[in-house]
Amino acid sequence: MKMTKYVIKRILLMIFVLFVITTICFMLIRALPREMPQKESEKQAILERWEALGYNEPLLKQYGIYLKNVFTEGDFGTSWAIQFRVDALEVLTSRLAPTVLINVYSLLFSIPIGILLGIYAAIRKNRWQDTLISTSVMIFVSVPSYVYAFLVQYFLYFKLGWLPMDVSSLADAGGSWFSWKMFHSMIAPVLALSFGSIAGLTRFTRAELTETLTSDYMLLARTKGLTHAQATARHALKNAMVPILPTIISSFVGILGGSFIIEQIFNVPGVGKLYMQSINLFDYDVFMVDCIFYTGIGLLANILVDLSYGFIDPRIRMGEK
Amino acid sequence: MAELNKNIPQIPAEKFSFIHEGERISDKKFDDKPIGYFKDAWIRFRKNRASVVATVIILCIFLYAFIAPLLITNHDSRFMDDTYARKPSRIAWLRDNLGIMDGGVSREFSEKNLIYALGLGVAAEDWEGKGNLKLDSAMDSPYQPVLEIGDPETFIDGTRQEQTVWPGRIDSYLEVGFVYKDIEQHQLQDILAWQEATGKQLLYPLIADNEWCVDVNNANYWYKTNARLYPVTVNEWGEATRLKYKENMVLEDNYLRDADGNPVYYKYWGGGSVETAQYRIRVLYYNWFQYVNDGALPDYLMGTDSVGYDLALRIAGGIKLSLLVAVSVSLINFVIGALYGAVEGYYGGTLDLILERISDILNGVPFIIVATLFQIHLAKKLGPVPCLLFAYVVTGWIGTAYRVRTQFYRFKNQEYVMAARTLGASDSRIIWKHIFPNTLGTLITSSALVIPGTIMSESMLSFLGIVKLGTADATSLGTLLSDAKGIYVNAPHLMLYPALVISLLMICFNLFGNGLRDAFNPALRGVED
Repeated sequence: MKMTKYVIKRILLMIFVLFVITTICFMLIRALPREMPQKESEKQAILERWEALGYNEPLLKQYGIYLKNVFTEGDFGTSWAIQFRVDALEVLTSRLAPTVLINVYSLLFSIPIGILLGIYAAIRKNRWQDTLISTSVMIFVSVPSYVYAFLVQYFLYFKLGWLPMDVSSLADAGGSWFSWKMFHSMIAPVLALSFGSIAGLTRFTRAELTETLTSDYMLLARTKGLTHAQATARHALKNAMVPILPTIISSFVGILGGSFIIEQIFNVPGVGKLYMQSINLFDYDVFMVDCIFYTGIGLLANILVDLSYGFIDPRIRMGEK
Repeated sequence: MAELNKNIPQIPAEKFSFIHEGERISDKKFDDKPIGYFKDAWIRFRKNRASVVATVIILCIFLYAFIAPLLITNHDSRFMDDTYARKPSRIAWLRDNLGIMDGGVSREFSEKNLIYALGLGVAAEDWEGKGNLKLDSAMDSPYQPVLEIGDPETFIDGTRQEQTVWPGRIDSYLEVGFVYKDIEQHQLQDILAWQEATGKQLLYPLIADNEWCVDVNNANYWYKTNARLYPVTVNEWGEATRLKYKENMVLEDNYLRDADGNPVYYKYWGGGSVETAQYRIRVLYYNWFQYVNDGALPDYLMGTDSVGYDLALRIAGGIKLSLLVAVSVSLINFVIGALYGAVEGYYGGTLDLILERISDILNGVPFIIVATLFQIHLAKKLGPVPCLLFAYVVTGWIGTAYRVRTQFYRFKNQEYVMAARTLGASDSRIIWKHIFPNTLGTLITSSALVIPGTIMSESMLSFLGIVKLGTADATSLGTLLSDAKGIYVNAPHLMLYPALVISLLMICFNLFGNGLRDAFNPALRGVED
């Protein structure tokens, strides 16, 4: 019961925070100067639409109209520069697929490798295997992701020619996000994304597992007669997973956010690129939707991490005092 | 036992004496210095070899950022030459004496390109315009762009034609060869005087504007070519025959000559009066660079960037900017975080709740959105760097404040604080004198770790172009990398050096931060590395 109350409290707080941030963003974005439409033929339509959105009213009233549109019709405004006269929300949702796909592939690739490497390093702690893994993890965690992107592109595309330079567009890849050609073109960004997350996960797993490996219940397990491997698999690993799983869950939410840099380098038609486009082309309604989207995702990830601790490990029940 | 006690030998009284007689027996002063908290941390830090090495490397990188502009004296960081853009590293002295940093790039020459490249060296030696030169006559010339030629390789290309290529290396600075320049008359005098003084040749014969000169704007085709730019020989009836590559082949010159057959070095190129008349000349760009820059050779330690600035100085500028931003952010966050966290933690209650909600809201805004909004709104008024600082200050202190708050909660109910309060100490005295010093260790560690985080996100923002830092005065490592994006295949140094510097900085800062954390909080040792 307390748990439910806590969850509801958290969600209400999140909605409040989201509302405040949205308000601030709205005010700041609407305060920017707007460019008048150039083409005579489109001018009439655009000005009418602006009138309907209340662009000529005071800011607070504009915000009222915006909120009314959002809640009654789900209308987040219109894109003018990126896709002419398309619903801003539709522009955003049409870019979700490539971002999510690339990040899901990257997670599917890096989670098993990261965890396995972490376990191996923790078991071989203070031997040369551990030193090797820990040192390379230190390096891989520190190096920025665009450096990997450059290296992957340079060697796998320019030198060896194994992979294409950019991610294919939907039309090129035969109209499906799951065609072989699409997958092939996504390998490079997936690789570039994975180096960092593998290293991060390895470091985290190793740290958690070394801690559980030295705890008292491990000693007890050994005295009961379990072999070292049995004790590690059944007791230490299970406990080490308590903080690891929430991080993985949060990164599953975080994948919606994607990676700005990787999308820029590999020309992925995703959400991150949309964000950059909306700034560069002054497409403010799309920018506004993007802001709400990113803020929401971030807040959601936070809540999920906190709550999942409680679900995974009954000993940790947030909100119970 | 009992027996023993009874048989104590009688010691005569005179054998007793006072040990401390005439001595002062107050406590002695310690000979060695006391080891305080910071000294203790320093001793622990020193033992961590990786962190020490990392610190030294960081210092070296920063030292480089500040002394590079002093060491590179033949041009400053605002110097730009767009003809020599995207060139690899070249230092003339090292090139001539040690054969390294020769500005060379690997190339596979086709027959046409090989003749073109070797022809540049030949023409550079023929400033007198003798013409009809042997292709191998200038192999040792200092102006010879071709550094190495390997054995030819023959293969069948896609159109079933037999192709021959010569793998080799070419000096990409000398490869620029000759360019046309339009000057006024007084400059011509100046040039002649400079030639006289330095013994270096600037003026070369102009090229005739006839049917054998196909690429009119390229001053490097000094020999007769056919429409596909292959060298030809022309017989007395005006029939052209294509020349095949041989090592000692003779190229037929296409110089512009006057009635007496002497080569022409300049010609009238428009303009009205005598003062404004323009003359066209053909100069060797390598020497022209020296003429324009008061005799300075094009020496570039790391080559030139995508626009033509010296990459070594651009990188130094980028490091300096990153350092400036990161250290200021770290300091500002330190101050704001300490104040905010202290007030939150010490007073608690409703005030804490309100302040926590405020930082919750700020924490919820993604940093990239804050940075973008600041740049869009204020970059024109305040410049991109202050806007960047503001963006960091808005949300950066939250983590620091949170840590300080936790520490305050831990210490504020301890007995010594209560004792101080009983003695009448004011709130501010208790906060700063009694509790705050306990948070210093965490504060310093987290502030040190803010620096690499800031450098990383600053380079990402400038890489994405959200922060626009491409001016002559300020640049960022991220901008340099972003400029390299499309072109680094042909000029890998554009990507290599900035990426290397930023990776090294990040690795070392993380090691340094880990060392600091272990030194200040030995209990956390090895938790996360």
